[in-house]
Amino acid sequence: MSDGLLIIGSSQAGVALATSLRALGYDEPVTLLGDENHRPYQRPALSKEWLQGEITNESLMFRTQDYWDEHDIQVVRNERIVRIDKRDNGSGVAHSMSGTDFGFDRLALAVGARPRRLLLEGVDLPGVLYLRNADDALELKARVPDVQDVVVIGGGFIGIEAAASLHKMGRTVTLVEAAPRLVARAVGEQTSAYLLEHHRASGIDIVLDASVRRIVANGDRVGGVELGDGRVVPADLVLVGVGVIPNTELAESISLECDNGVRVDESALASDGVTVAVGDCANLPNPVPGAPEGDRVRFESVNNAIEQAKVAAYAIMGRREEYAGIPWFWSNQGAIKLQIAGLSTGHDRTLVREDPERGKHSVLYYRGDRIIAADCINHPLDFMAVRSALGKGQAIPFDAAGDPTVPLKSVTTDPADLVPAD
Amino acid sequence: MPQVTYTDHTGESRTVDATVGDSVMETAVRNGVPGIVAECGGSLSCATCHVYVDEADLASLPPMEEMEDEMLWGAADERRDNSRLSCQLKIAEGSDLHVTTPTTQV
Ligand SMILES: Cc1cc2nc3c(=O)[nH]c(=O)nc-3n(C[C@H](O)[C@H](O)[C@H](O)COP(=O)(O)OP(=O)(O)OC[C@H]3O[C@@H](n4cnc5c(N)ncnc54)[C@H](O)[C@@H]3O)c2cc1C
Ligand code: FES
Repeated sequence: MSDGLLIIGSSQAGVALATSLRALGYDEPVTLLGDENHRPYQRPALSKEWLQGEITNESLMFRTQDYWDEHDIQVVRNERIVRIDKRDNGSGVAHSMSGTDFGFDRLALAVGARPRRLLLEGVDLPGVLYLRNADDALELKARVPDVQDVVVIGGGFIGIEAAASLHKMGRTVTLVEAAPRLVARAVGEQTSAYLLEHHRASGIDIVLDASVRRIVANGDRVGGVELGDGRVVPADLVLVGVGVIPNTELAESISLECDNGVRVDESALASDGVTVAVGDCANLPNPVPGAPEGDRVRFESVNNAIEQAKVAAYAIMGRREEYAGIPWFWSNQGAIKLQIAGLSTGHDRTLVREDPERGKHSVLYYRGDRIIAADCINHPLDFMAVRSALGKGQAIPFDAAGDPTVPLKSVTTDPADLVPAD
Repeated sequence: MPQVTYTDHTGESRTVDATVGDSVMETAVRNGVPGIVAECGGSLSCATCHVYVDEADLASLPPMEEMEDEMLWGAADERRDNSRLSCQLKIAEGSDLHVTTPTTQV
């Protein structure tokens, strides 16, 4: 019997790959293997609804065991692959830490990313936590009842979401961020400013331009965070969210090209032409139609994991489909729902649509006359309109979009209206 | 045990046993019912869990909140009077639900 496909990593991207393949009629064996001792689950709620106790563990599960059985997908937990022997044709054997061998005809890497660790005095103290997986989240949640003062290091999505959740749960929260603004990597200045104002007004203490000198102990556990200016912020829990590093070690060990992720082509194929890499661990050609030639990106989002897994599934079926699409992302931060459509890098002007009474705030990003992205806060109508227009290549003229009382959908025009026929 | 019946746009139906308190979306996704994508996992952010609810079942459902209403205007397939986002439909004791999935969610 053939060994079929081995997917290393059984999270968002691995699950999407396995399920897409079965939906396409792939009939070889599929093994979905991961090193966590949980059934495959989704991460986004770990910093939000789940942490706040709004949803149960069960709601995090991707599929029932019946689904895996019915679709003949073998789910292997608690096995960490430490070495791979791969032949040129793409087949080989993966060896796990426990000494088990998993043969494969074809390999998929869906190994994701791990939190970037802080290298500072005191980071190993009990009570200094990271948040990437269910075990991290379980530990965090278990500690919350016993703590009052929380310091979150890092003002990216995970940091802010966790800060907002912990604040909502009655904790005193201080968030420290090294950059001059929040989520600088993913949103524009106006959105950062809005988030800062909102979260400060809600009672989270936010310190920007802050450096962290060391984590201070209180007895044998964490007691505070010393900032660059010498101030010590008391903390009986410190959550570190300073970004992630893609897990490329396995790929490198089998000589796949890596550079901020496993380098893949439009079909999610790695440099050997057979192994696929999907999700947070992959560095891929920018999928946005019209993106600069040769531009590459690595996304950390559910949407990317799902969409990229789809083209990878086609590639495994022998069909070259190109991953093209409009990236999108959401982040729930207490009373704020932020939805982002498109990529705002390279914009040269912005337009803000605001309805302060209803807490709605959207920023539209343009390159010349062309809309390329939007950050929308509590404004699904704007988000959906921009996402759909970008997807269809439609235009939302800058001038017409300026009036926040006019729905964007009503000013959206087809490309034909823009480009006069000759 | 309550049941949810999912009919796709071609008319093919599938009935699934559901757990009280789960949403119509969760029940579909965990059991691999096609036609519901649910990218955001139920956090009311994606509108890829759009369904048309059987007229007879509509009244038994919780009313729609503003956020759901706004998201539905952007659903990929046509919005109708009986459109809902299935992640917002919690299954209650003793009430079977019947929904139709749209031609596309994205
Ligand atoms: C707290 C949190 C909140 C988030 N919120 C959002 C959100 O609101 N919206 C959004 O779009 N995205 C969000 N994300 C990001 C999203 O969850 C990720 O983009 C997604 O999980 C990526 O999936 P993946 O399968 O590529 O990688 P991962 O989810 O990282 O999964 C990789 C898996 O592979 C396993 N693995 C690694 N190496 C090995 C090995 N050698 N052997 C065996 N197994 C291995 C890992 O343990 C892990 O289980 C959030 C992430 C986190 C952590
Ligand atoms: S699952 Fe995303 S809106 Fe319902």
